[in-house]
Amino acid sequence: MPRARRAIPAVAPKAPPALTFDQRLAAGLFVLLALLPLLSRGIASSYLLLVGERVVIFAIAALSLELLIGAGGLVSFGHAAFLGIGAYAAGIVASHGHGTLSIALPAALATSALFALATGAIAVRTRGVYFIMITLAFAQMAFFIATSLAPYGGDDGLTWPTRTMLWGRPLLKDQLTFFYLCLALLIASYLGVGRLIASRFGRVLRGLKDNETRMQAIGFAPHLYRLTAYVIAGTLCGLAGFLLGNQAEFVSPAYMHWQRSGELIIMVLLGGTGTLYGPMLGALAFLLLEETLSRLTEHWKVMLGPALVLIALFASGGIAGAIAAWRQRRAMGARLALPLARRHRLGAARKGSRSWRRAGLRLLSRTARGLRRGADAARAACAPAKTALGRGLQALPSLAERRLKATVVRWWRE
Amino acid sequence: MSASLFVVQLFNGLQLGILLFLVAAGLTLVFGVMDFINLAHGVQYMLGAYLAVMAYGFIGNFFLSVLLALFASLLFGLLLEFLVFRHLYGRDHLEQVLATFGIIMLLNQGVKLLWGAAPLNLPIPELLSGSVPLLEGLRYPVYRFAIIAAGVLVAAGLYLFVTSTRVGMLVRAGATNAAMVSALGVDIKRLFTVVFGFGAMLAGFAGVMVAPILSVEPGMGDQILILAFVVIVIGGIGSIRGAFLAAVLVGVIDTLGRSFMTDLLRLLLPPATARVIGPALASMSIYLLMAVVLAIRPAGLFPTKGRA
Amino acid sequence: MKRAVLQLDALTKSFGALRVADAIGLEILAGETHAIIGPNGAGKTSLINQISGALAPDAGRIVFDGRDVTQMSMAARAHLGFARSFQITQVLPHFSALENVALAVQARSGSSFRFWQAAAGEANLNRVAVRSLETVELAERADTPAGSLSHGEKRRLEIAIALAHAPKLLLLDEPMAGAGSEETRRLVATLKSLKGRYSILLVEHDMQAVFALADRISVLVAGRIIATGEPQVVRADPAVRAAYLGEAT
Repeated sequence: MPRARRAIPAVAPKAPPALTFDQRLAAGLFVLLALLPLLSRGIASSYLLLVGERVVIFAIAALSLELLIGAGGLVSFGHAAFLGIGAYAAGIVASHGHGTLSIALPAALATSALFALATGAIAVRTRGVYFIMITLAFAQMAFFIATSLAPYGGDDGLTWPTRTMLWGRPLLKDQLTFFYLCLALLIASYLGVGRLIASRFGRVLRGLKDNETRMQAIGFAPHLYRLTAYVIAGTLCGLAGFLLGNQAEFVSPAYMHWQRSGELIIMVLLGGTGTLYGPMLGALAFLLLEETLSRLTEHWKVMLGPALVLIALFASGGIAGAIAAWRQRRAMGARLALPLARRHRLGAARKGSRSWRRAGLRLLSRTARGLRRGADAARAACAPAKTALGRGLQALPSLAERRLKATVVRWWRE
Repeated sequence: MSASLFVVQLFNGLQLGILLFLVAAGLTLVFGVMDFINLAHGVQYMLGAYLAVMAYGFIGNFFLSVLLALFASLLFGLLLEFLVFRHLYGRDHLEQVLATFGIIMLLNQGVKLLWGAAPLNLPIPELLSGSVPLLEGLRYPVYRFAIIAAGVLVAAGLYLFVTSTRVGMLVRAGATNAAMVSALGVDIKRLFTVVFGFGAMLAGFAGVMVAPILSVEPGMGDQILILAFVVIVIGGIGSIRGAFLAAVLVGVIDTLGRSFMTDLLRLLLPPATARVIGPALASMSIYLLMAVVLAIRPAGLFPTKGRA
Repeated sequence: MKRAVLQLDALTKSFGALRVADAIGLEILAGETHAIIGPNGAGKTSLINQISGALAPDAGRIVFDGRDVTQMSMAARAHLGFARSFQITQVLPHFSALENVALAVQARSGSSFRFWQAAAGEANLNRVAVRSLETVELAERADTPAGSLSHGEKRRLEIAIALAHAPKLLLLDEPMAGAGSEETRRLVATLKSLKGRYSILLVEHDMQAVFALADRISVLVAGRIIATGEPQVVRADPAVRAAYLGEAT
């Protein structure tokens, strides 16, 4: 039987791709966050910067959870435990007078990794509902351990004597420095997790999520890969915890409360699992929602509860899912526009009780057309502004560099 | 550490275990039969307590309030199933977690809105108040005995129901292989509704019973939910037998641990260390138990799905 | 005398009262294509499951290349040289056909605990994967998500995956299941081209395919092997005829 040999494009090296849509969205988010301090200074509100810090920190935590949920198919309902463990480890170390970067950060990461290893070794041998319940139980265990740590505040929590010292200097005391450090770590996490998911390891993990039986038949034993992913995710979340403790200069068992774990899951789902920009957007959306709604009423959760139910039922793809669907519709829309118009004309020829439906359809198509024209006009109007913004953005790094230098110089002199 | 204290705590542990069993039984069936992770089971328990308090406020009779609250619990459970849960069967666990978490949020906050955040209470009825002598010089509250007795009765009834009735057999079959049961022509939707309603009623009953001895407050269902999870994981999903054994085990170990861990450690460690580590270890005890059981048997003590 | 690459020694398995494997003894010689046939419910898939490691036998031994593998996990056996296709297609639906096969290659090419380099761009993995896809004539569909492939294409993908990691023993569980006549013809042609190069244990219902491919046939009825031998011999065996055409069980 002759075997035709043909050049397969899949093997030929592809030209390095321009940023995908998802990556562009993520980059846009980073740019927005990078501009936040300027905005906050512009409106003279340091509160905005504090919110921004929390968004960035929780975005890191959400990314780490996405590694488990999106890539590994492991729904961990105990991920907030690592937030608390990272914060407590660094806080305890600081309270003993060793709150320097070289001790506090490794302590936070190592403790998180150890906890992940110990609990993960048991949890990853289970699947589905078991895994969810076990991770929840272990997080609750961590919560109770923290409440019983009487010398470290117990239920009331532990106040940090100071933020982590960098090279003997309280550099992190400056909000700006701290914010940009968090942002830098977020970008590094984004890149790191992205590469991890695309790597050999990530591919095996995703394969195990897709069809575990097939993967076993190929020769991949699931437990070690899942455990490794669990430890990596836990450690990354421990990093977020370290930053969170620094930001609040405080840690309490509430950081590890299971409701916190639930909120992390909400962030990932709200933003959209399956992408990397989704969970970050989800963290932003959830925290903004929390900030604004909690100002309206202390009972804002009465509204959030049903909203979550509706999202779970109808929009479980989250924001990323909605964006993907919208893009698909736009791609199809051009193809469908002509036949749809023809159908309208045909519909108008038919008499009868459907006239209200026809009228509605006509109204809809006219509105759609109007909206489209408006959008085109807006885009045309924005074009000159966009080029100006583009030029401004290019100048930004040098501007930011100058400010950063000024800040560093100021602190050095003090 | 005295013998009488030990006996009292043993009975308290038994009582907690029975309570846990009532909550866990419905939950394990829902997990096993419908593969549906219902985080909202805890608020069902809480609602039972609140409904009992509310009913008592209107009627003034303990036993009538209990009945009314039970009935209302069942209705509410069925309502939840109809409105939300039945659309989530067969969906990703993630979506189920999100939806039930939303329900917890709604109900915890809603209860706070309606009744305020202050803890409420239900007075123990005349018939069940007072205490009876247990051993010489040791008395134990009648009401707690009543809880144990009621719980054991319900457990026995549930066991008979599941093993001897036709519906019970369908439930057991569904816990082993729901798709097959459906393929055999059973109206699986009705079976699910029955299982769910039953579970909700059991949880509500537990909440009602506990109202006189614990404070009824928003969020009271959360910790019990997590304990119920531990019980189910240890006992095996879908197994009532496992839930009973695990519940009693968890209840007893947790209670005894909290009372005696520090004293136990004082035999081995200096008292200062024991005082610090004791409470921490006590709170960890049932999770350690869970870890040990899972290390040996990852599917729990009595797994229903069998082994490959 | 060819050596045996797989030996089953008194393999026994019961599910409650149902005996799916009753002291099964079987030998697969190196390079031969050995078919297992039998009426429905005879226990063929359970047998494949036990051989591949998905099911643990109650008693008996499985010896592969002189090595006792009875206690080994499925993944460990895959590393020794087992490859299997499933009766109900098991592919990775969200991965492309190429990636499905490339993962099988990846399992045999060094550690998968690599966290930085993008796996999809590894040329050496893709090269072997493409060759495997060409063998089953799926090369043009390399970039299609496996979930979108037609049923017949999925069956061929299963074989490509099995071939990709240079197996010593191919376990094919009803590869022709659900395939139309054209697909069956293609699959038989593909399997014929593999004859002699791999040891193949083939479970199949399609008698034409079995007689076209098999060097030896074993007949499994109610958990027991009632006949083993060359196709013509088995065909004429009265016990086999009785099992298939005779008394209704």
